[in-house]
Amino acid sequence: MGLNDLTIHELAGRLAKKEIAAADLARDVVARTEAMEPKLHAFLEWNGGELLTAARDMDERRARGEVLGPLAGIPVGIKDVLNVQGHSCRCGSKILQGYVAPYDATVVAKLRAAGVIPFGRLNMDEFAMGSSTENSAFGVTHNPWDLERIPGGSSGGSAAAVAAAEVPAALGSDTGGSIRQPASLCGVVGMKPTYGRVSRFGLVAFASSLDQIGPFAKDVTDAALVLGAISGRDPNDSTSVPEPVPDYTKALTGDVKGLKLGLPKEYFIPGMDKEVDAAVRAAVDKLVSLGAEIIEISLPHSDYGLAVYYIIATAEASANLARFDGVRYGSRAKDAKDPLDMYGRTRGAGFGPEVTRRIILGTYVLSSGYYDAYYLRAQKVRTLIRRDFMEAFQKCDAILTPTTPSAAFKIGEKAEDPLTMYLSDIFTVNVNLAGICGVSVPCGFTKQPKLPIGLQVLGKPFGEATILKVAHAYEQATEWHKEKPKI
Amino acid sequence: MDYEICIGLETHVQVKTRTKVFCACPTEFGAEPNTNVCPVCLGYPGSLPVINEVAIRKTVLAGMLVGAKIAHHSKFDRKNYFYPDMPKNYQISQYDLPLVIGGTVEYDFGVVDKKRLGETKVCRLTRIHLEEDVGKNFHFERTSGVDFNRAGTPLMEIVSEPDLSSSDEAFAYLTALKEILIYGGISDCDMEKGQVRCDVNISVRPRGQKELGQKVEIKNMNTFSGVRHAVDYEAQRQIETLNRGGRLVQETRRWDDMAGVTESMRTKEHAHDYRYFPEPDLLPVSLNEAWLAEVRKLVPELPSAKRKRMVGRYGIPPYDAGVLAADAALADYFEAAAQASKNPKSVVNWVTNDLLRDLAEAKLAIGQSPVKPPHIAELVELVDSGKISSKIAKDVFVEMFKTGRAPAAIVAEKGLVQVSDTGAIGKFCDEVIAANPKIVADFKAGKEAALNALTGQVMKLSKGKANPQAVRDALRGKLSG
Ligand SMILES: [Zn+2]
Repeated sequence: MGLNDLTIHELAGRLAKKEIAAADLARDVVARTEAMEPKLHAFLEWNGGELLTAARDMDERRARGEVLGPLAGIPVGIKDVLNVQGHSCRCGSKILQGYVAPYDATVVAKLRAAGVIPFGRLNMDEFAMGSSTENSAFGVTHNPWDLERIPGGSSGGSAAAVAAAEVPAALGSDTGGSIRQPASLCGVVGMKPTYGRVSRFGLVAFASSLDQIGPFAKDVTDAALVLGAISGRDPNDSTSVPEPVPDYTKALTGDVKGLKLGLPKEYFIPGMDKEVDAAVRAAVDKLVSLGAEIIEISLPHSDYGLAVYYIIATAEASANLARFDGVRYGSRAKDAKDPLDMYGRTRGAGFGPEVTRRIILGTYVLSSGYYDAYYLRAQKVRTLIRRDFMEAFQKCDAILTPTTPSAAFKIGEKAEDPLTMYLSDIFTVNVNLAGICGVSVPCGFTKQPKLPIGLQVLGKPFGEATILKVAHAYEQATEWHKEKPKI
Repeated sequence: MDYEICIGLETHVQVKTRTKVFCACPTEFGAEPNTNVCPVCLGYPGSLPVINEVAIRKTVLAGMLVGAKIAHHSKFDRKNYFYPDMPKNYQISQYDLPLVIGGTVEYDFGVVDKKRLGETKVCRLTRIHLEEDVGKNFHFERTSGVDFNRAGTPLMEIVSEPDLSSSDEAFAYLTALKEILIYGGISDCDMEKGQVRCDVNISVRPRGQKELGQKVEIKNMNTFSGVRHAVDYEAQRQIETLNRGGRLVQETRRWDDMAGVTESMRTKEHAHDYRYFPEPDLLPVSLNEAWLAEVRKLVPELPSAKRKRMVGRYGIPPYDAGVLAADAALADYFEAAAQASKNPKSVVNWVTNDLLRDLAEAKLAIGQSPVKPPHIAELVELVDSGKISSKIAKDVFVEMFKTGRAPAAIVAEKGLVQVSDTGAIGKFCDEVIAANPKIVADFKAGKEAALNALTGQVMKLSKGKANPQAVRDALRGKLSG
């Protein structure tokens, strides 16, 4: 067992007492990454030397007597959708070939300020569009529990890297489930914060009104630590909210007595995988045994979520991705006749089929004559979906659902059928549409093959502390988070 | 057939701010290409816009100046189209909820014909909204380049109703609009720097017909005289087309200044579908009463109102009031002097004649005038109280302009105080009477004009310091005695 196998809160204590050095941890992280990457391909690139140098700097600061926080010297993997100054940021796309980020995303700057060492560029579905990482232009990432299977997506690289203990934690982005779904499929904790909780500045936008950055971690405590470090109002992001950031670890008391947990009937559907259904129901029973109260609730507009999501997300994406035109950065088609020719050829060659499909869809729903029927209508239904949740939270403190309808599927299994693929986000998209927070925590395994299952805990706006409390109490009462993939 | 021309203008004006509308880059003009840029105004991946409050404030102020309704709730939208000078390939603009709704601009025909000064008309405004400017394309022999320094500069788009019915009216409207915006400190409206550009919507209809004719848009005019010429040409073209029995199509045309013609760019079938939708990266704009009240304090008096008020208050001629009101700083200067004086009419003469002439010669702005307003009031008082003559006053003014000193101090130092002392004047008169027996005889023979000649001699002898009236009285007394 290497230091890379420990959690951040375990490492933090030993680092603070100088029992271990950040450089030791860095060496183990690099060794593990080198060993795993040929099998996993979680990273698009990483630089062991750079990590080691930064770790030694941190050790020197500690040796000089500087008081450092719990994240100091911890390497955190960064999804390829976040700008890290001086590094590539390709968003899993050929079109950003050659682009070097001229600035740090706010979350990266905040992590650095907390002493974190950003490490590597983690693989993802191109521009975060997908649920399997099969849409990456640079090859699929493999699920550490079964290399034949997908790790989920779009933040599949982040989930796989944490599950395989290459890094203690990672950042991902979640537009319709892109953190929670891969976290569930890889057996780690993944958190989507409330919209506005974390600054989006430096996150290459997929759908601006839905995107949120969040942590992947080995357990809930680590997720709480990283979330605390990246949260808060940012003057560079007008949509970030000036809500105070509590110490989320303080909420992790293990005590859920008297908490009211809602079970939405719309989320326990006939087509759901039986093992997933059983695992989630067992998790509910476990929370009841810990003193939580279960109430049945209804989120009546849930069924419209996917349709609404694919209209709003693609509409915003069609504009957000218009800037990739070959004029200022990234790849550019050679010998174009005129600007129009340059756009067509640059974008035609640079974007993969799923991204192209969504840009066309988004352009269509915004077009004159169709706007009212699609975009405007979708916005109205979005309001209803949000209202469903707000009404439910009048009755309960948090909501429990499965994170995904089934465990990880095989690479290639759904690649040719986008609609089936879209269904893997059925339990996660509404959370983004409503702008609320959610966390996925491991709650069991399928039998044959052994694949992780996730429990999703949803909270009201800025209710992160509550859902972390629930997830943590459940986690501590079970052993699931201690099981590691054998690769 | 007799046709009526209907013109509406969409005027894009650069809002005067220190930094760009969505980032902190400076808006300065003339920097090296692509030096006033950052990830935000270059549309780099992951960057986000943050609204510049000054740009909002100035747009709202513009709305207040034209008597418009200020929207309490407004928002920004994305206008989608591809062009190399557009960093994001969408422009952040305002679609259905602009900051300013309605308003009017009163324009004066005096700017097209001096004889028509005071003849005014009103053009209604549809709306004013805020948006970002784009970069600038450059074409070299084999390549093209884009300078993004201008990208993200705040622009106000002022949309008028089709109330203008001639090129003269369009010109007078633009001139009045410019005057208002400069007056409010909203824009410098520097045409040389491309700070004012406009699109002209023009149609013709048989006089008496209610519905507007087929609209043609002429894009991107950057001089007022260009607008005038383009309107004249295009109106004539449309009328001739109709008279020939031809049909007009809704289209966008471009003005070729060299050839003096408009030519078609694209017709309606090829019009852009901008696919506007609300900008998710910016929160809707909510303006509360307290904030609006602060902006309202910044509303200055407009030239036409100022002109009327100054005529009434100071009793000065309308023409002079117009000269003063056209320049807020000059009007302020005048009012400071006039309020310190009992004789504003005399003050206005000094300001509009002597002071403006000397400032122009010295190439100085009113703010740089060496002569301060209280000194003008003091000079007028010296003349009115008989301490110095008008003639001496002119010399004193020259000295004031040269040195910036107070007129009383100059008069005292140079001993220019008018002599009213009868003893001293009597002595000069005796001398002159003795030396000019012929003229004295003429006067005694009843030639009244002879007294002028004698007065002139006395003035000369006193080196201009004697009070002319006192001299005349003294001479008359001595000669009739
Ligand atoms: Zn900038």
